[in-house]
Formats: sequence, C-alpha cells, structure tokens
Amino acid sequence: MRQLSTPLIWLTLVLAWEGAVRALAVPAWLLPAPSAIGAMGWEWRAELLANTLVTLRETVLGFALALGLSVPLAVLVAFSRLAQRVVYPILLGLQSVPKVALAPLVTLWFGIGEWPKIVIVALVCFFPILVNIIAGFDAVPRAMLDLMHAMRASPAATFRRLRLPMALPYLFTGCKVAITFAVIGAVIAEFVAAQDGLGYLILMASAQSQTPLAFASILMLTLMSILLFRLIEMAERRLVDWKP
Amino acid sequence: MTPAALELLGVTRHFGSGATAVHALGPLDLSIAPGSFVSVLGPSGCGKSTLLRLVAGLEAPSEGRLRRGGEALDGPSRRVGVVFQEHVLFPWASVLDNVLLPADVYGLPRAAARSRALHLLERTGLADFAAQRPHSLSGGMKQRAAFCRALLPDPEILLLDEPFGALDALTREELSLDLSRLWGELGRTALLITHDIEEAILLGDRVVVMSARPGRIRADFAVDLPRPRGVDTASSPRYQEIKREIRALLFQRA
Ligand SMILES: Nc1ncnc2c1ncn2[C@@H]1O[C@H](COP(=O)(O)OP(=O)(O)O)[C@@H](O)[C@H]1O
Ligand SMILES: [Mg+2]
Repeated sequence: MRQLSTPLIWLTLVLAWEGAVRALAVPAWLLPAPSAIGAMGWEWRAELLANTLVTLRETVLGFALALGLSVPLAVLVAFSRLAQRVVYPILLGLQSVPKVALAPLVTLWFGIGEWPKIVIVALVCFFPILVNIIAGFDAVPRAMLDLMHAMRASPAATFRRLRLPMALPYLFTGCKVAITFAVIGAVIAEFVAAQDGLGYLILMASAQSQTPLAFASILMLTLMSILLFRLIEMAERRLVDWKP
Repeated sequence: MTPAALELLGVTRHFGSGATAVHALGPLDLSIAPGSFVSVLGPSGCGKSTLLRLVAGLEAPSEGRLRRGGEALDGPSRRVGVVFQEHVLFPWASVLDNVLLPADVYGLPRAAARSRALHLLERTGLADFAAQRPHSLSGGMKQRAAFCRALLPDPEILLLDEPFGALDALTREELSLDLSRLWGELGRTALLITHDIEEAILLGDRVVVMSARPGRIRADFAVDLPRPRGVDTASSPRYQEIKREIRALLFQRA
C-alpha cells in the first residue's frame, strides 16, 4: 500500500496538471502540458541525451575532485594541530562564501571549456564533504580513544582501526549533501558560459520560448540527481553495514 | 624478593584549579603482589575510576609516584590489559575482529592470535557469535567479548573498572564466577574496581575499602576463602563473616 501510494500521488498530480492546462487553455510557451513535454522530449531525445551526458560528466568529475581534495585535507586537519589552528578557521570562513556567486569569476579564470564547470562543482561539493569527515574524525568517543591509548596504539593504527571506520558514515552524509549541490553547481556553471549541457539547453529553450524542451531538460536533470544520490546510497549500504 | 606488580606511593589526583578544583583521590599507598587479585571497593564518585586510569597510565598523578613491576610507571603498557565499564567494542567489526584488535595493534603473528581468540571465545561461550557484530549481543556477552580482547595478548596485569556495573544481578554473578575461574587458570595479577561488596569478596584475595571522595584507603581485608570459588562460596560462613565486617565498616558513622 505504502509502496504504491507515492507513484499514485505523482500520477494524480501529473494528470491534474494535464487537465488544468487543457481546461484553462494555457499556452504551451507559458506552461506546457505533461503530454507536450513528453512529445517534445521524445522528438529531441538525441540532443537531450547528449547534453545530459555532458552535465553528468561535469558533475561526476567535479564531485570526484572535491572528494579527492577533501579527504586528505580532513586527515591533515585531524592529525596536525597546526593544520587545525591554521586551516580550519580559513575553511570555516570560506564555507560561508556563496560558491555559485564565484561562477563568473571561475569562468574568467578557467576559460570556457569543461574545466570551469568542474571547478564550480568541486567548489560546491568540497565543504559539505570536508566538514562532515572532520566531524566524523571528531565523533570518536573518549572511551574508544582510551582503549587505543591503553594499548599504546600508534597514531596510524588509531586512525586506521578507529577514526576511519568511525568517519565513514559521516563521509557518506557529506557526499549525499554534496551530490545534490553538485548538480545545481553544474547547471549554474552552464548558465554562465557554455555551448552544451542541460543548463545550456534550458537557457536556449527558454530564450526561444521552447518551454516544453526546457521542462524536458529539467526532468532529465532531476532524474540524474536522483540516480547519483541512489548510487551513493548503494555504496553506503555496502560499506557501512553496521549499526551503532 | 620480586618487586610488587603495582605500587602506589603517596598518590593524589586533583582536577581543575582554583575555586573549581576537585580533589578526587588520595593520598593513597597501595602495593599489589604479583599473581594476586585485589578488589577495590568504594562508593560511587570516590575516585575509583581515577585510580584505575592512573594505574593504567592513562593519566598522571598530581603528586606521588607509581611503579609497575619495580619500574616507574609513566604511561600505558602492553603488558597490561584493561576492561572498562563500557564494553567499548567497535560496532563496525565482528566480535572476532574486536577480540583480535590488540593483535593487530601489537603486530602479533596472525594465525596464533586467531586461534587464541577463538579459544577465548570458546571458553566464554561466544564461539557461535565470532562472526556477529556487537550490536546483536546481549550486555553480558559484550562484556565477555571485552574480557577476551583484554586477555588476548596474555597481559601480566589485568585492570577491571566495574566491568559488571551495567549488567543485571544474575548476569553479574555468572560473569564474575567465570572471570574468577579464568583468572585462576591464568594466574595473572588483577585489580578490580567495584562498588559491589559480594563481587569484591567473591573475586578478591584482598578487598581494599575506599572512603568517599577524596578516595583514601580505609581498610584492607584479606579474603582467605579457598579457590576455585563457585556458587557455594557465597554461602560459606567465612564469606558471610567477611561480608559482615566490611558492611560494618561501610555503614559505621565515621
Ligand atoms: N577528567 C575529570 N575532570 C574533572 N573532574 C573529574 C575528572 N574525572 C573525574 N573527576 C571527578 O573526580 C571524582 C571521582 O571520579 P571517578 O574516579 O570517576 O569516581 P568513581 O569511579 O569512583 O565513581 C568525581 O567527583 C569526578 O567528578
Ligand atoms: Mg567509575
């Protein structure tokens, strides 16, 4: 029953949308009916798919870059008091900068290829991942540290056997927040300057009053976002298979 | 003469400073002979855990000196095993891997450590749970696993901080008798912190009674009950007599 209720609610909403648009004769350039979006999406399927792949690539690469940078940095902050004193306040300060506001500057610095998009995605992903891993390293209970200390465990052993497994669920929490941001970052980067990608397609379609195509692009973005989130959830379920 | 396994000389411990300073413990003198089992009995908050943390080398005394096997004690030792009040098992690791933690940290040969771990789990009735995660174990089983972990590297000294404190009365008694048996076989030095009179007598060669905070030693009872001790020990006249003496001391108006 519960499994069925969600699709049913969505189906009802889509039908209501279709009905309302037809009944009120809303022009398609203003708000297209779901059927019109579907038809246009099918007609443009090749372009939609190609541009989805462009945005997906930017999103995944930017996310991977953020992950690759934040994990070593978190380890450094966890291990070194100096890094904790110097790096952490800087990071906390930078965290408050609205990253998407940097998009035009990043484009200025990195040109118009794929790189500015990847950099902006990495920027928006970086902080949620970093802050969560650091929180994970810090979440180790005092008693567990006492246990390792009582065994004269080396910092490396304490890290590998205690801090790392402890931080893993936090890492995934950060990744799930970040991947949602990542898609937003990629689209905004494409709004600023692009020749392809779903953001570019949305911009072009809206400018030419091809509203059904813009909606179809947004649908692809949403599906992409859900897919990426689910992939991370799957990885989480495999790697964090324990209960506290 | 062999040196004492553990020796405390004029040990005190304060926490904080100024108006908020807490005098938690001491001054306190205590000597524990190798191979003996000493129970430290005291009311809650009297500094028992502080005493154990000092002996474990997890904290330094404010004043006084500690010695381990005749040498100055200036930190934790791998010849000492500690069982804390909370089991502190790692939830992500299997029971077997938890027990093997010291082997991993000390770099002991894997195969030998593994067979010893399995033997200890067998002896404590946990053999069937080796592959399980701790969350599926009962409180008593978790604490047994923590014992196995502490015993894995065959420590010369075992420190126990109210290891049965969080368990129900039946499990407590069963577990303490198991521990008594296990300790009898191993013949190692043990220091048990507890607030339970029966447990202190049942397990100890000596019962050291502490005062309320700041914890000092009020009395030191020799427990001359035969070993191995079992369920019958608690009903023996001598056990009852020792228990009466300790109770009289604890409840007398100072
Ligand atoms: N790290 C600490 N900082 C401040 N006070 C402490 C600390 N550890 C223990 N104390 C204080 O020392 C006293 C003794 O504590 P503890 O040794 O845990 O007692 P027990 O184990 O006998 O219940 C208590 O009053 C406690 O509040
Ligand atoms: Mg205590």
